[in-house]
Amino acid sequence: MTPPRLKPWLAGLPVHIVLVGLCLVWLVPTFGLLVTSFRPFQDVNSTGWWTVLAPPKGQAEYNNSCASCHGSDGEKIAAADLTDPKLVDNYRRSFNLIAALKNEHNNQPHMGAAPIPNENDAAAIATYLRRISGIEAPPRFTLDDYVDAMVGYRGTTTYTQECAAGTQALDLHCDWTDLGNPRGMGRAFLNSVIVTVPATILPILFAAFAAYAFAWQHFRGRQALFAILVGLQIVPLQMTLIPISKLYAQLGLNGTFLGVWLFHTGFGLPYAIYLMRNFLGSLPRELFESAYLDGASHWTAFWRLAIPLSIPAIASLGIFQFLWVWNDLLVALVFLGGQNPVLTYQIGNMVTSHGSGWHLLTAAAFISMALPMVIFFALQRYFVRGILAGSVKG
Amino acid sequence: MAAKTEQVPKIMQQGRLTPWLYLLPALVVMTTFIVYPGLNTLYLSLRNIDDTAWASAACITGQPCWGIFENFRYALTSEIMQTAFLNNLKWILLMVSGTVFLGLLIATLADRVRYESAAKAIIFMPMAISFVGAGVIWKFVYDYGSGQVQIGLLNALLVALGGPPVSWLTEPQVNTVALIVVGVWIWTGFCMTILAAALKGVPADILEAARTDGATEWQVFRQITVPHIMPTVTVVVTTMVINVLKIFDIVYVMTGGNYGTEVIANRMYIEMYTSFQTGRAAAIAVVLIVVIIPAMVYNISRLREQEAIR
Repeated sequence: MTPPRLKPWLAGLPVHIVLVGLCLVWLVPTFGLLVTSFRPFQDVNSTGWWTVLAPPKGQAEYNNSCASCHGSDGEKIAAADLTDPKLVDNYRRSFNLIAALKNEHNNQPHMGAAPIPNENDAAAIATYLRRISGIEAPPRFTLDDYVDAMVGYRGTTTYTQECAAGTQALDLHCDWTDLGNPRGMGRAFLNSVIVTVPATILPILFAAFAAYAFAWQHFRGRQALFAILVGLQIVPLQMTLIPISKLYAQLGLNGTFLGVWLFHTGFGLPYAIYLMRNFLGSLPRELFESAYLDGASHWTAFWRLAIPLSIPAIASLGIFQFLWVWNDLLVALVFLGGQNPVLTYQIGNMVTSHGSGWHLLTAAAFISMALPMVIFFALQRYFVRGILAGSVKG
Repeated sequence: MAAKTEQVPKIMQQGRLTPWLYLLPALVVMTTFIVYPGLNTLYLSLRNIDDTAWASAACITGQPCWGIFENFRYALTSEIMQTAFLNNLKWILLMVSGTVFLGLLIATLADRVRYESAAKAIIFMPMAISFVGAGVIWKFVYDYGSGQVQIGLLNALLVALGGPPVSWLTEPQVNTVALIVVGVWIWTGFCMTILAAALKGVPADILEAARTDGATEWQVFRQITVPHIMPTVTVVVTTMVINVLKIFDIVYVMTGGNYGTEVIANRMYIEMYTSFQTGRAAAIAVVLIVVIIPAMVYNISRLREQEAIR
């Protein structure tokens, strides 16, 4: 770099440091979640995700205390081959191991002059021995967490392992029907799709009809009614939950998809009408006039003219509403609950009842985030536009 | 609300009934799901626990009572609601200032670098995922291991620096701030995007002229940029205040409102679906909308002004 260019580059350095630093703060938590969701459960709960590329647990302790006699691969002494699972199985826990190390061996102290490892080191060495002997040799990365999360496995090993041993829980069948397990994320994903698709299409369709009337039809009180409908945006969700719960209880709609579709439609409408009407109203008037001169009715003008022309607005609105419903917890909690659990409900449930199952929780969270992330990166422009326009939604 | 006063073309006025057919589905759904329940909640807030009598029936002689507004006595003066109000106030102060400050900072800085769009996408990304997902992400960062190993990033850093690990989500005072950090992480991208649009709207020639006259970057920012984007900043601030008042998911997932992290919206949910106190829950909902309305009205009128200018 030549000196004349170095100076502006140095002057800009603080900007880069602050900006890149902030970007890292934003990225690292999500990255940690992603890494963790691909690690075997033994590792997730015993080491931090940032050590994922470090040597396996216990290797350092093993090299310190054992490698000089047993060799770095554990096979040096043929009579005590540490890669033999039968032998290692006797010393799989630290207390077995320490006891063995304290015993004399051929009338000599086992460890010779070297100190006997303390409890923590012994536990690490035991872990390492289980790994090299193949008793418990989890890979660095695995898809097991995703499988377990999808089928709703809640045991102490993995779904694949239990199914191979035939010791799975009673509600698991070890075939593809497990994806429908009500505790699993597979079923929840399907439920989320079932909830979200109609809850996105219905409000946009109804809003398009209403917005067309507000923009291109003549009736008394048009402006006043529009102002009232748009004003309904200020009503927060919480304000309507109780009466609707009661109403649904009477109609038997609690826990049904229909109930959630209708509720989301009601709450998506004010903002959707507002956006659609502004968009339709900004279309050139001559376009509609000439259509009518050619003999078109409102019905044809609506379907053949208004809808095709407002695709950009529908796209922004659709993405916004889709993500709103997909990410919603409160409405799903109140009106669907555990009867038809959606992704957010299922995760919320896992957080509160299985606090330490990070391998399942991280995989589950990522399953729920995958679709929004794809939409976000593929349709960023529409997405940002939809979010900004919807910023005053109630 | 771009109020269009011009009339619909004569030729398009077909039938008196037709417009109402187009409006019907939306009107029916909105009346059923917003207007009716909104009014009903108002009524229920004056009723007793299971809507069998007026709220005053719950009064006990010799104890303080607000008559028919008894539920509001709970919603405004009970200890747990006081905590919730205080926490919501903390949320407003810290989260609104945090998101607006960071959003403005990032928008300003990103304007000067070549990787602007990548940086903005990274900061905006949390807006795409659910609050529940964000809650899990951060609960993992805050994880507190009572034993030797810390698998939570924050405590691992703390231990590496020689400090004792902290139980971020149960430690009073600390935990509310820990939750607010999650909120800031989610909403900063939103503020950044709106503020970045406003920043791009500051006329380049004025900035250039000021710089030519020898003004420092800070002076240019203080005296030209800030006044120019102030209207946008106020809209962002009020929008954030509304969002913060309705905050629910983060608290529900991460602490459940325990350990002194209660907020208004979570309390409303608990009163309704855990304690089955319909009247009290309705009263809390009414308090919530009363607090939100001024900000909302301000915001809508502000947006209207901006549209009028355009």
